[in-house]
Amino acid sequence: MTRTVRLVVFGAGAAVVGILGVLAILVLPAFGGPAHAYRDAAVPAAVAHGTSNAVSSINFDLRGLDTFGEETIFLTSVVVIAVVLRSASDETEQRKKSAGRPLDSTVFGGLLFFPIILIVGLDVVTHGHLTPGGGFQGGVILGTGIHLLYVAGTYRLLERVRPVRPFEWSEAIGAGAFACLGISGLLLGASFLANVIPVGSFGTLFSAGTVPLLNGVVGVEVASGVVVLLSKFFEQAITVRPAHRRAAKTDDKSSSPRER
Amino acid sequence: MSHYAYFVAGWLIVIGALGIVRSRNLVQAIVCLAVAQSGTYVLLLSVGYQWGAAPPLFSEPATKPTLHVVDPLVQAMTLTDIVVSATVTSMLLAIAIQIHKRTGSIDPDELDALRG
Amino acid sequence: MTPFIVVALTLVLLGGTATVLTGQPERQAVMLSVYGGLLGVLFMTLSAPDVALSQIGVGTAIVPLVVMLTIRRMQSPRRGR
Repeated sequence: MTRTVRLVVFGAGAAVVGILGVLAILVLPAFGGPAHAYRDAAVPAAVAHGTSNAVSSINFDLRGLDTFGEETIFLTSVVVIAVVLRSASDETEQRKKSAGRPLDSTVFGGLLFFPIILIVGLDVVTHGHLTPGGGFQGGVILGTGIHLLYVAGTYRLLERVRPVRPFEWSEAIGAGAFACLGISGLLLGASFLANVIPVGSFGTLFSAGTVPLLNGVVGVEVASGVVVLLSKFFEQAITVRPAHRRAAKTDDKSSSPRER
Repeated sequence: MSHYAYFVAGWLIVIGALGIVRSRNLVQAIVCLAVAQSGTYVLLLSVGYQWGAAPPLFSEPATKPTLHVVDPLVQAMTLTDIVVSATVTSMLLAIAIQIHKRTGSIDPDELDALRG
Repeated sequence: MTPFIVVALTLVLLGGTATVLTGQPERQAVMLSVYGGLLGVLFMTLSAPDVALSQIGVGTAIVPLVVMLTIRRMQSPRRGR
């Protein structure tokens, strides 16, 4: 199928979909209307379970099974990326010499914000049942915050601070702990991932039962997963080189100002 | 004008699909897929919105639990959607790197042979 | 419609179209990051702070970073030839 044929077919399909879509949109209830049946059911259930953040309650308590599936998807995709991006037999790991230094203001900013970001990430993870945030958001903040060391320093510094193997372990432990918390619900007589811990008082740190525990576990898993995922891509972009380039190594060392 | 949000969501999906169809580069196709997926986020959140309603968060002295909030269920669905789309995008980029390693080209028009 | 939501929706519309129609992959990665920020603003105006936080973390930081690393990986083996 040539390019023009593809575009013509797409144009025809998009026209039909567009017309049907406009007709369907005109039948939908108006934007911002007052009739939301799921909200009328979910918010009282979340408050009854002692959770201030209704979205976290739905994610980890009322529909915890969906989040279990989502975390399994995340774990599986990180494993897939690690498998697909491993070095082939004809590639070598090449260590490049540092060819430059970042600006002093970048170094200062990075080293200043690194502990702040770690603390903010931990705060978002632990207060997921009270304020916007939770395990996934905090995990993403933590995972990307570690890479400030790459921006403000060198790739070698990043490698030394985050050896990949412990993060692979912690991601697996996080995913397994999620399943174990679910099974503990089964062992205590309720259903899988049921909220079996006493719910505490509404709006305090020790409320909402299993939701803060699940938040913490998901935070560990997502932060480790993000670190492992980015490390595979960093390896591909920075260190791994195909075998036939070893003959051209000499003229490449000076031609890459962004290498660190 | 009251259906503007749904129209924006539909437009994002269609323009994302157009980007995939006219892409000259696998990475470009993957970025356009990410744009198309964002159309679904806009659609989900627009369905759950109510005029003048607060976010579905409560704290005991300040905001008492009330039903005048936006729908939390579609927000939970959108959160799952964002996670899954980010991981699928990363997997597709890893596969694109492998394709580039094996065949040396990332132009979709050149990659049309299935090799065993 | 309140003006904030209309403005945010229009910005998202223009941002998405611009991201799709950008030519070079490097510029598209940066446009994707900006578009992720605009989406975060839209989600905040739609009273969804959880989703906005997630979108900003993922769509502004992680996905454009991975796209940039992929582009770099695909360009660098050619430099030695």
